[in-house]
Amino acid sequence: MSTPLLAATPQVEAATGVTGLAWLLIVLPAFGALVLFLAGRRSDAWGHLLGCLTVVASFVVGLTIFLHTLGLAPEQRTSELNLYRWIPANALQVDFGLRIDPLSLTFVLLITGVGSLIHIYSIGYMTHDPGRRRFFAQLNLFITAMLILVIGNNFVMLYLGWEGVGLASYLLIGWYQDRPSAATAAKKAFLMNRVGDVGLALAIFLLWTDLGTVQYTQVFARIGELSPGTVLAVCVLLLLGACGKSGQFPLQSWLPDAMEGPTPVSALIHAATMVTAGVYLVARCNPIYDVSANGRLIVTIIGTITLLLGAIIGCAYDDIKKVLAYSTVSQIGYMMLAVGLGPAGYALGIAHLLTHGFFKAGLFLGAGSVMHGMNDDVNMRHFGGLARHMPITFVTFGLGYLALIGFPFLSGYYSKDAIIEAAAAQPGWRGLVMGGLAMLAAGLTAFYMTRLVIMTFFGEKRWQKLKAPDGHDYHPHESPASMTIPMIILAFGSVFAGFLLTQSHTLAGWLAPTLGELAEQHGATLSESSVAVGTLVLSGLGVLIAYLLVGRQPTPVTRPEPVAWPVQAARRDLYANAINEALIARPGTWLARALVYVDNKGVDGIVNGMAALLGGTSGRMRRLQTGFVRSYALSMLGGTVLIIAALLAVRFGTQ
Amino acid sequence: MTPTYYLLLSAMLFSIGAVGVLVRRNAIVVFMCVELMLNAVNLTLVTFARINGQLDGQVMAFFVMVVAAAEVVVGLAIIMSIFRTRRSSSVDDANLLKY
Repeated sequence: MSTPLLAATPQVEAATGVTGLAWLLIVLPAFGALVLFLAGRRSDAWGHLLGCLTVVASFVVGLTIFLHTLGLAPEQRTSELNLYRWIPANALQVDFGLRIDPLSLTFVLLITGVGSLIHIYSIGYMTHDPGRRRFFAQLNLFITAMLILVIGNNFVMLYLGWEGVGLASYLLIGWYQDRPSAATAAKKAFLMNRVGDVGLALAIFLLWTDLGTVQYTQVFARIGELSPGTVLAVCVLLLLGACGKSGQFPLQSWLPDAMEGPTPVSALIHAATMVTAGVYLVARCNPIYDVSANGRLIVTIIGTITLLLGAIIGCAYDDIKKVLAYSTVSQIGYMMLAVGLGPAGYALGIAHLLTHGFFKAGLFLGAGSVMHGMNDDVNMRHFGGLARHMPITFVTFGLGYLALIGFPFLSGYYSKDAIIEAAAAQPGWRGLVMGGLAMLAAGLTAFYMTRLVIMTFFGEKRWQKLKAPDGHDYHPHESPASMTIPMIILAFGSVFAGFLLTQSHTLAGWLAPTLGELAEQHGATLSESSVAVGTLVLSGLGVLIAYLLVGRQPTPVTRPEPVAWPVQAARRDLYANAINEALIARPGTWLARALVYVDNKGVDGIVNGMAALLGGTSGRMRRLQTGFVRSYALSMLGGTVLIIAALLAVRFGTQ
Repeated sequence: MTPTYYLLLSAMLFSIGAVGVLVRRNAIVVFMCVELMLNAVNLTLVTFARINGQLDGQVMAFFVMVVAAAEVVVGLAIIMSIFRTRRSSSVDDANLLKY
């Protein structure tokens, strides 16, 4: 039990003044989505501008509230705004209420800020798409749902946003509806998310049955009343929801497939914001996880498995977006590991989430820019030597790359290394195993990202001898300003965000009213400095090996076959799809077939048999109705005689 | 004269009527046989009223007569109209209402 943290919980005030305008945050993008969906073709000419404007306006509102809140004393920074009673159902009373506190404001700024940049980028990226207005409508829908997710003051609001972002994600992954692979990927994402959503829903049900409330403040204040077993169950179910949404083991395999969507979608939804919702969930429920050490342990284990798995698979892919996708899986694994550490890691996880939001969005936008110049090709084996043809893309991508691999004094160096150090600072075997694996994954990260950069931007210009999939020659060119400017802004974030956020624990102090003070850990087996140096050395080693393997040798245009079994396994996603197929999908199909058989032969057999029996019998029985009055009279007489005989038999037979 | 004879007579009359209804084809004859059965029952009712010394059976017999009179009116009208349309009074010819 960690009572000191509960004592630190600030009082909740009713939102007034600027904070009272928080509803605008949601209403603005919702208005944009509504207009763009309903106005149809009429708004094709200006739809993208409205889409951008509403999100930028929402960002301005968020920034105003943030600056206002920053001016308040830390214990006054949490306020709630009840808009109306949403679900008044007997004992279940759910408000449509907003919770404005440091954690939700941080997310609001990330979502609307990165969202604005990616909206602007999409103007250029989607120029040639006839459905651009619909695309912006769906992006606005996503922003609305994501804001509801982070700003709601109860679990039902969270669930509303949770499902909303799931819907938007489904629509946008399947954007290229004419491609069967995109349709399949969208379905896969939706179904695997559903598995996680069931966990989240069950966790909410459990809290409701045991505590009779779904509001954060009340749930967190009374979490101590629950038995340890119930709390553990809630922790695991919430984690299941987080795993589904954030692409964590064992539900990670939908995220790489989600790269079928347009690249801005990959950057916004599947790198910067939506997939971090799981991290938000765990951080938001920190009072619940604080009470359950076992729950936190499970979170760290899942995070460690995922960060390693994503890094290993990332080394084997040739698809530039899929490498970045597995990198995202791996980095969210780091965040999960951090928030699983409890009070020692919540703020670190959120810090990495923010810096990752910057550099991974920048990397995806860079990849999109490369694809834009390379006829939408994604195979890195067809690239090479693009640095000179796309200087801005190269520089911004390069800065994102350095930030991701944890190059000293860039964002990732501060946020990721802090997580590795915190993981290694755990007492006993946990520190050794988790810290060690996180360091190893940092080395792998350096390897696959270096491989990606070398294959794309350096070396031989392999595309000169090739034809694009659409039959034209490649003409790599720099992207328009609407695409490069967001990339430049994000590159600034990649460079400076880490330093600004972690310097003298700025972010941790800001988040303290929600997440509690950043706790120090004691009893570590590995010393902090050795971990820091080890991480740097392993990352350097990763870069070196990548240079020796990829940079010094010519890259084949087609995949080398056959390869050693670890590469083979990594190329097949460490058999995640095969395992899902064998353990879930195929038994499910068998069960469905068996049920269809039972239904056809059994249930339908009984029903149809009864009908046939009745129909056949009555078909024969109606022949008795001959139309001859005398035969009716005879049957009446016979019947009467029978009845009288029966009556007489009863009357006199029993005596 | 014991009442039993009246009952025997009424049973005979009823049987004759029932057999007549079943074996004759002419609608008028069938109709008369039905009347015979009704009156056989009337005789039974009156006899039992006499045996028990109560008036219930006699009252019931009056009811039967009234109903029989009404039935004759309707029944004869139907037979008449069937005869007019089909030129036949055989009950076996009027067999359109069947399966």
